[in-house]
Amino acid sequence: MADEKIRLSIPDLSLVVLIGVSSSGKSTFAREHFLPTEVLSADFFRALVADDENSLEATDDAFAALHFVAARRLARGLLTVVDATNVQPEARKPLVELAKHYHAQPVAIVFDLPQALCEERAAVRTDRDLPPHVIPRQYRQLRRSLKGLKREGFRRIFALRSPTDVARVETVREKLWPDRREEGGPFDIIGDVHGCCAELEALLDQLGYRIAGEKVEPPPGRKAVFVGDLVDRGPNAPGVLALVMRMVESGSALCVPGNHDARLVRALQGRKVQRTPGLAETLTQLDDETAEFKKKIETFLGGLVSHYVLDGGALVVAHAGMKEEMAGRASGAVRAFALYGDVTGEEDEFGLPVRRDWAAEYRGRARVVYGHTPVAQPEWVNNAINIDTGCVFGGALTALRYPELELVSIPAKAQYSEPVRPLAAQQTRDDVLDLADVAGGFDSSSAKGRRVETRLMGRVFVHAERAAAALEVMSRFAVDHRWLVYLPPTMAPPQTSTRSDLLEHPDEVLAYYRRYGVRELVCEEKQMGSRAVLIVCRDPATAQRRFGGEDGSAGICYTRTGRRFFADAGLEAGILDHMRQAFERSELWSALATDWAILDAEVMPWSAKAQQLLEDQYAAVGAAARMSLAASVSALEQAAARGVDVGELLSRCRGRAESVAHYAAAYRPYCWPVHSLKDLKVAPFHLLATEGQVHVNQTHAWHLETLDKLCAAEPELLCAIDRRRVVLDDMDSNSEVVRWWEELTASGSEGLVAKPLDFVCTNGRGLVQPALKCRGRAYLRLIYGPEYTERIDLLRHRNLKGKQALALREFALGVEGLERFVAGQPLHRVHECVFGVLALESAPVDPRF
Amino acid sequence: MLLTISTVHQPATDLGYLLYKHPGRAQAFDLPFGTAHVFYPEASPDRCTAALLLDVDPTALKRRAASSDFALASYVNDRPYAASSFTSVAIARVFTSALNGQCRERAELVEEPLPLRVGVSALPCRGGEDLLRDLFEPLGYAVEVRGFLLDEHFPEWGNSPYYEVELECVRPLKEVLAHLYVLIPVLDDEKHYYVGEEEIDKLMRRGGEWLAGHPLRELVVERYLKHQRGLKQAALSRLLVEEAGEAEDHAGEEALEAELSLNRQRLTAVFEELKASGARRVLDLGCGEGRLLALLAAEVQFAEVAGMDVSPQALSRARRRLERLPRGEQVVVFQGSLAYRDARLSGYDAAALVEVVEHLDPPQLRACERAVFEFARPATVVITTPNAEYNAHWDALPAGAFRHPDHRFEWRRVEFEAWAEEVGKCYGYAVRIAPVGPEDPELGAPTQMAIFSARGTRG
Repeated sequence: MADEKIRLSIPDLSLVVLIGVSSSGKSTFAREHFLPTEVLSADFFRALVADDENSLEATDDAFAALHFVAARRLARGLLTVVDATNVQPEARKPLVELAKHYHAQPVAIVFDLPQALCEERAAVRTDRDLPPHVIPRQYRQLRRSLKGLKREGFRRIFALRSPTDVARVETVREKLWPDRREEGGPFDIIGDVHGCCAELEALLDQLGYRIAGEKVEPPPGRKAVFVGDLVDRGPNAPGVLALVMRMVESGSALCVPGNHDARLVRALQGRKVQRTPGLAETLTQLDDETAEFKKKIETFLGGLVSHYVLDGGALVVAHAGMKEEMAGRASGAVRAFALYGDVTGEEDEFGLPVRRDWAAEYRGRARVVYGHTPVAQPEWVNNAINIDTGCVFGGALTALRYPELELVSIPAKAQYSEPVRPLAAQQTRDDVLDLADVAGGFDSSSAKGRRVETRLMGRVFVHAERAAAALEVMSRFAVDHRWLVYLPPTMAPPQTSTRSDLLEHPDEVLAYYRRYGVRELVCEEKQMGSRAVLIVCRDPATAQRRFGGEDGSAGICYTRTGRRFFADAGLEAGILDHMRQAFERSELWSALATDWAILDAEVMPWSAKAQQLLEDQYAAVGAAARMSLAASVSALEQAAARGVDVGELLSRCRGRAESVAHYAAAYRPYCWPVHSLKDLKVAPFHLLATEGQVHVNQTHAWHLETLDKLCAAEPELLCAIDRRRVVLDDMDSNSEVVRWWEELTASGSEGLVAKPLDFVCTNGRGLVQPALKCRGRAYLRLIYGPEYTERIDLLRHRNLKGKQALALREFALGVEGLERFVAGQPLHRVHECVFGVLALESAPVDPRF
Repeated sequence: MLLTISTVHQPATDLGYLLYKHPGRAQAFDLPFGTAHVFYPEASPDRCTAALLLDVDPTALKRRAASSDFALASYVNDRPYAASSFTSVAIARVFTSALNGQCRERAELVEEPLPLRVGVSALPCRGGEDLLRDLFEPLGYAVEVRGFLLDEHFPEWGNSPYYEVELECVRPLKEVLAHLYVLIPVLDDEKHYYVGEEEIDKLMRRGGEWLAGHPLRELVVERYLKHQRGLKQAALSRLLVEEAGEAEDHAGEEALEAELSLNRQRLTAVFEELKASGARRVLDLGCGEGRLLALLAAEVQFAEVAGMDVSPQALSRARRRLERLPRGEQVVVFQGSLAYRDARLSGYDAAALVEVVEHLDPPQLRACERAVFEFARPATVVITTPNAEYNAHWDALPAGAFRHPDHRFEWRRVEFEAWAEEVGKCYGYAVRIAPVGPEDPELGAPTQMAIFSARGTRG
């Protein structure tokens, strides 16, 4: 007998409260059965806040800290053990409340050991000196507590009455019922059936399930999941129940309960329920069934688990929806939410309960599939989808195939029931962004900044200070946030050249990529205009469906900081229209199976966008310099003619005048007047994304070749990018590109951009710069000033680290945003990335890079 | 930058004594921001010209970058070439004695009006050639100006703001130098250093004698002191003490007063509405520099006052304003945006949006409506916006133009009313419209205001 174990079964997410007088062995027990980090001991917290684990005056602070840590652990879904005497009800009350708040099970383990034994143990303890009256008093409190524990809200109570009991304990962790994370699918999740048996059979057939007599054969590996409300209102609830029960028993289906199912159970159990019209019909249908069948139904429906968490936590199925903080947990509140949703207790004008739109608030990473409220058309809202398409009301029975995310529908064969209110039209896409969802620093939970999870670089941190700078630009100047799905990253230059007359040279670019193990580059001529992101849609309907704009436009053109590129709406519409025709003529719409595309491009001339800058800064500086240096040279020449020794100053001024002439010559090629569309040129260099695809898995060669087709279809407006392939270990190919760069920069071109052949290029240590720019000597006068060549040695010290790090982080964020957009993720998930890029762009880096 | 001073006084080479610079030599002087070279292109008894060539070290320009929107401003910069406050500093440092009227060798020439001709190679004139003339002609100069195209390759870009200027007069040299010292930075409307109280002393020292009588004295003081209103008032009062009897010219201030009084009326109207609503917790959305917050802070009914704005600069000015007020420290101001919903906006009884909505593009306006009326849901919302019809009242405003360049729209009364009604219907608020400011029988009041009151329950 002594060897027989006492099994304490403890749910995975519990708040375990140890209850017992001092020296009853709680801490020793906790050490044996739980992880050190799972156990929050009052003594430990007294020491934490007061440096003395016996300090009784620190008790309040110690418990405040303990409760805080317990709350954080429970919020994260971690089992937590509270090791304190807990013999007074007022000590246990906050713990039970805490457990309830986080939908964790409150579990009590009571150490009801003989008083004498505890006193004996206390007497020999050297670490504590308890006054003799303490243990008797605690013992009295414990005895008084024992009966009330259940009433206090503890769901499981284990009492250990002797040291032998304690020694025989074996704790077992019990998985929570909703936790089916090991089930990875694929699934066919089926909406509210409501007794529409014929439609269910047709839908299963459509999904590939073979129904042969009693047996249902699913397609290999697949499993059906019912979102509940199998019964009521429809013609054949018993048929539906029989079919679903067979499928669940044979392991080919899972089922969660709906509110109608729950009410049927209560009715079958003989409890008093309101006999609503739907329920009455179901009970009538069941009248002819055997008592055995009814009992089976009662057991089946009564045993259904409120909701399921599937596929490693990526998928949640619940009847009326599930909040992120409740998913996977088990409590009365969780069950109520799963059955009824977020009800306010009020009724609407149809006499139906008013439900809050929980999905609009949902920010979880798991996809939630639910039903309960009929909708005309299922639509993803913040990673959640309602697939109840009101079959019983004459709508359709819908299934969502997972992970394919395809919808399969069977129209209702009849309208079996009159809807109380009209089927909800499409839910409005939740397009108001919450600041706390996209940027850090605007609430206390993210005071320092925000970490954005990216596929390419893991977490990218966006500092709150940067976000503050970006918020103004984003709010005041950016285009409609629904269009703003991408902002281009900044680009770093190479290490400074060692050549005496240059700051940048392709040698350093080639050396960089060689050092990082890149084998092949695509070098593109750097067009000098203004960077633009172009979104081209086939028609306004596509734009509205995919991007959500309702202004009737079919695309947009915006700058690298998210502002509308053209002040003149006609010019923008014209460009988009020509690009749309180019997509049609080049047959790229069909080749890419898309009706929209996002492109990264340069729009020329520079003066189209930078006219003000050219006049106020570039040309103005040139004009002042010409006037001032001409006057200086002529005054110095007069003085020199008089024999005053000004030779050195004179030649310096002549040199400066020459530099200024080169400077003006450097910006002039990038300027021409724009009167109409004919004067503009667009040079696209990345075809970033189309339906279902972010083309970062393609090489830059693919991008340019695909875009060549586009350019060929619209040569007036679009110009293809001139480029060279470089094989890095082929020296001829290296010197060829250097020659090309020299030619380009000598003839007024800005320079080149070198990119690894692969769009996303990593080596063992991480991402390699996705592009480096190498600018010509003449062009750099526009950056470093007209006369930089006179003092080039002073400029050689360039710290590029910051710029390079920024370029990588912005690149990772940019790609992440596109991937989220293409995957149909909610707007705030996309905007978070775009906001991050803009915020990082406000970082103080040398603007000359 | 090149500045030349010529004279035909006999013997012309006396200019060398006055300037303390030998006509036969080229000299260089180190300055904090570069080097000043002085040499004489001509030096005969009939005619003598001294040249000050200023070589500005570009690294000295870096500090200026922060104040500009243009990131490369400290590199692509006109300062090495244009006449500016650098020139003034160089004059003061290189021609100190001449400017102060000291000359041992030719003491009699210090106060003597001399025929002088000044050439400035590239003088930036913010305000154009007319301003240049209006500044120098009242001081007795004959002004010759030559303008240039910004870039001869692009005549359509127009003229550059720099002029080649010749100024001719018969005046003592020290006065001419003082005029240049003060007026070059005024024309340029820019200072390369921080402008504080000591600038007033400099202005008094160099301009005390002639500036009080100058018709553009206000503009000179304002620009010289970099548009800092407090400094300007202090300088003007010091100038005017020295010039007893002359009537004060308050035209500018009156224009300012008129503007202030409309703003004041608007804020008062909003304040009264908020107070009448019985609100205790009030929120100013788009609080800007905190003018309304200052009013709200003083009212005991408002137990809690908060302000939000998107601009960190505006917020720091608001904080400074509130610090000075007795109850100001109770006001919370924070950065946020009406283009997003924000949990921090919940829990207030009333919110004001004073001259805010017209700064929002249509998508942002829709987001703002939802952020305020759907999510924050204060019981009272007060919104003001310009009445576009009233713009016809202002001659200075071209027809169809907006009052502010950042306005995305300005509504006529029917448009505003329609919008307010629609918002009220959509989110369950009763709407009342009220005019603010003097009402024109046909055009209405300059400002229109809507007061939204939440209906008991939603629907």
